[in-house]
Amino acid sequence: MTRLSKLTAALFTGVMLAFPALGTELRIGLQDDADVLDPAQSRTFVGRIVYTALCDKLVDVSPTLEIVPQLATSWEWSADATVLTMKLREGVVFHDGTPFNAAAVVANIERGQTLPESRRKSELASVSKVEATGDYAVKFTLKSPDVSLLAQLSDRAGMMVSPKAAKELGAVFGSKPVCSGPFKFVERIQQDRIVLEKFPQYWDAKNIFIDKVTYLPIPDTTVRLANLRSGDLDMLERLAATDYASVKADTKLTSAETVGIGYMALYANVANGARAKNPFGEDKRLREAFSLAIDREALNQVVYEGTSVAGNQPYAPNSPWFNKDIPVPARDVDKAKALMKAAGHEKLDIELQVPNNPVAMQMMQVVQSMVAEAGFNVSLKATEFATLLSEQTAGNYQLSRSDWSGRVDPDGNLHQFVTCKGGINDVKYCNPEVDTLLNDARKTPDTAVRKQKYDAALKLLDQDMPIIYLGHQSYIWALNKNVTGFVASPDGMIRLPGVKKG
Amino acid sequence: MFAYIGKRLLLAIPTLLIISIFVFSLQKLLPGDPILALAGEERDPQLLEFLREKYRFNDPVVYQYFYWIGAVLRGDFGISLRTNQPVLELILEKLPVTLQLATMAMFFALIIGIPAGIIAAVKKNTWIDYLANLVALTGLSIPNFWLGIMLILLVSVNLGWLPASGYESLFVDPVRSLKTMIMPAFVLGNALAATLMRHTRSSMLTVLQADYIRTARAKGLSSQEVILSHSFRNALLPIVTLTALLFGELLAGAVLTEQIFTIPGFGKLIVDAVFNRDYAVVQGVVLCTALGFILMNLVADVLYVLLNPRMRAAL
Amino acid sequence: MTMIETVTPPVTDRASDGSRAWRKMKANKSALFGLFIILFFTLLAIAAPILPVPDPLATSWSAIRKAPSAAHWLGTDDIGRDILSRMIFGARASLMAGVFSVAIAVGIGVPFGLVAGYFGGWVDIVISRVTEAFLAMPFLITAIALAAFLGPSLVNAMIAIGLSAMPIFVRLTRGQVLSVKTEDYVEGARSVGLGHLDIMLRYILPNVMPPIIVQATLTIATAIIAEASLSFLGLGQQPPAPSWGSMLNIAKNFLSQAPWMAMWPGAAIFLVVIGFNLLGDGLRDALDPREA
Repeated sequence: MTRLSKLTAALFTGVMLAFPALGTELRIGLQDDADVLDPAQSRTFVGRIVYTALCDKLVDVSPTLEIVPQLATSWEWSADATVLTMKLREGVVFHDGTPFNAAAVVANIERGQTLPESRRKSELASVSKVEATGDYAVKFTLKSPDVSLLAQLSDRAGMMVSPKAAKELGAVFGSKPVCSGPFKFVERIQQDRIVLEKFPQYWDAKNIFIDKVTYLPIPDTTVRLANLRSGDLDMLERLAATDYASVKADTKLTSAETVGIGYMALYANVANGARAKNPFGEDKRLREAFSLAIDREALNQVVYEGTSVAGNQPYAPNSPWFNKDIPVPARDVDKAKALMKAAGHEKLDIELQVPNNPVAMQMMQVVQSMVAEAGFNVSLKATEFATLLSEQTAGNYQLSRSDWSGRVDPDGNLHQFVTCKGGINDVKYCNPEVDTLLNDARKTPDTAVRKQKYDAALKLLDQDMPIIYLGHQSYIWALNKNVTGFVASPDGMIRLPGVKKG
Repeated sequence: MFAYIGKRLLLAIPTLLIISIFVFSLQKLLPGDPILALAGEERDPQLLEFLREKYRFNDPVVYQYFYWIGAVLRGDFGISLRTNQPVLELILEKLPVTLQLATMAMFFALIIGIPAGIIAAVKKNTWIDYLANLVALTGLSIPNFWLGIMLILLVSVNLGWLPASGYESLFVDPVRSLKTMIMPAFVLGNALAATLMRHTRSSMLTVLQADYIRTARAKGLSSQEVILSHSFRNALLPIVTLTALLFGELLAGAVLTEQIFTIPGFGKLIVDAVFNRDYAVVQGVVLCTALGFILMNLVADVLYVLLNPRMRAAL
Repeated sequence: MTMIETVTPPVTDRASDGSRAWRKMKANKSALFGLFIILFFTLLAIAAPILPVPDPLATSWSAIRKAPSAAHWLGTDDIGRDILSRMIFGARASLMAGVFSVAIAVGIGVPFGLVAGYFGGWVDIVISRVTEAFLAMPFLITAIALAAFLGPSLVNAMIAIGLSAMPIFVRLTRGQVLSVKTEDYVEGARSVGLGHLDIMLRYILPNVMPPIIVQATLTIATAIIAEASLSFLGLGQQPPAPSWGSMLNIAKNFLSQAPWMAMWPGAAIFLVVIGFNLLGDGLRDALDPREA
């Protein structure tokens, strides 16, 4: 080779070696800004999306909602569901080099239970003791049988942070989170961006094809989509249902969708304070009439362009926990009117509290006009979200529109809402039979037995109807065509292993 | 001079105190329990109580106020309830962003508004004047959030010339930084350009009719000399003071613009904080904005004195 | 959005100035055009209930987001309501928002400004400090915080905007009163022994009204945009009742599918605001004693 060509070859090689430094960056548009980046304190949905890349958990969830290994490789319940033993993955390190082991798990669980600012206390309430039975084995001892714990460990309660960093930073851990996920924390500018970069020592690094992830909170759905179209974003979450058709028609974009595990519902104040003392709160026939006057399929079409699913239970019709004996009712105005007459009210005034975002307002206006035909005169009270929460808790409402983002374990969509001492029981419904059924359902890992109990509880709830379920939204992601490998998951999370760009 | 400035600064103190009382009471009166909003979907009563103690919600309101004021005087503006980040740090993080936006908007307004105003004044009552007025009026009358959205649709989505939202620091990537700021600066600045144009025009008109201009013209000075050296310099005075004041207005006007273009600045910070009941942030931001506004007013007044030879002599 | 007030020297000889002002107004074509726009929309708003348009609240799920056609001249919105009818009824909300907020601002601000300017001393110092405090807070922030505090509704938005705009009128009135206070006729009235209230209402107030009227007209324009802004953030008129601002709030989600939903309310706000600006400008020119 001549000297010139040798030089050129050397230059070329040098340039090629430099290229990996540029790396692939994935820019993801989020609906909101995450709050504190500390799994123990965090309480936002988008926070969980960020953790999916930043913090590994003991167990994860498959797209079919089965519990699969992540930091724990296997687990076993005792026969009476009071002891959970787990074997942990070996060779895992945290982003700061601290090794992951049983001691770390114990430290994390205890942190979730004892850190004063921890929001995980109610999730870990059933754990009375957690101990390391070996370097890579832990044992959870529960106060009372509770199989839903496993699902809790697939979410924030099971996220493992570096005990060293947690000890150093304490409550301000969120300023520099150190976990063991596929990506490590680079920087976070509130309301602007959260930047993570690939962690080379991740235990499954061979499946990570992205070098840098940037999460950008862009609340306006139109602007978020505009960013995707212009190439400033590679993917976005929660595409507005009304944009779905145009994204599908766009050859430069692809979409992924799945029905979510949450639900949309109306909470009726049946026993929460003075405002419960009204015909609607006291007579279940009126509530049933209200429910029958709603055309759930039409709602789905009008508000969500057919992307959502009509429902009448906390679980979607395609969920294994759906009670097939209580199918989603079709609209029946005549029956509704008959029920109302039997209850003694041909016309009834109701105040419906709605969070003042456009989609919720639109949906409730449609409901308003639907139930008007049966004789319900609904007045809508648009309330800011923060106010709506406290009004609901305080019982200062008649009917309130509220969503739940959903939990993997069926217990998570029901227990706290309808048991007598349930922590989020804003309707203050209390039926000892339902309590027994739901508590029993926690006591065994046997799915068939659990289904029986939930079916029975759902039947009772359907008769009393303290909560009128409307349906289940789908999560819709829009992606640039060159982003491949993304699998839609009913919990709404963005899992990055396997995702490639270009 | 210094006595004047000193007196003004002293007078600012009761003003700031009143603002602090107002914004504090407003936060307390806002419906919706911030602690509930803080606690998250699973409401643990133990946690609620802890949070109430930590943020002193159980103390009498007056105590809470004095505790807060005391902390502020020591430079501690509290922490954001949402992310535990210190409010002062947040403010210092967001301020440069809004300042960059406001400066670009002001720059835009100045280079369009002032020359337009001069031309309109000189060519008063001709079609140029009417056109300029019409354009100015349009700028003032369009709701700027509507304009912003229309621009995003046209420029970003359909034409793909500029990014639809976001922000890049000038020091990290100047080109991208300017690209993300062009549309928001235009939206924010066009109403300002309109105001500046109208004020420049009326200021110039007043000056052009003044005696000393007629004298200059009588002396045989060319039109251009008359306009630039004599009229403009004197018309400049109210414009300069107006500019200083308008800068303060810009900070406020940035609120909606930042919302639409998702620019992580002051305005967005405070709107989100009001809706999230992040009271420490709201209180801190309002106080800082007010302080900035008062300082701007002071600068405007000082400039006025310095630039006006008659008043300067009086000092 | 600016709240810079005008500063016009007080008008002293009212009779001849009045007729001169009127003559100048009549000659000012753009001001008349502005007046015409305002009257057009006002009449539309008043006549709304008797006009042959569909019910603005009537939904129709088969006619969702339909483009303008013979059946619906301006198209339909996201739940099938006729936009033309919502525009007409929305005019009432938006115009009322503008006028009532300013009425509140003037109704509270002018008396305080009068008192501050007239009495001076401690009264003046206190009122001025408080006014300055309010002026130092960003207008929209105050409006947002107040509206959030009062609860999202059109009436509360009007109150919030009115209260936020009030300081302007306090400062304007006070400034005017200060320059009028030393005039001969005021001294004369005082020496004759007239009471303070009498002097303020019969002598001072009428002479400081002109710039206040100009400012009020211009502030109506700002208030209409402020209502639209608050509705855009979800704090103004609540559905299903129409107002141009809340119509824009919903329309922004459908810009590519149904651009007409945003066009008409945007255009209407734009026109009305221009109308008030033109009228205000015309009034200012007419009442300015300097220009012949």
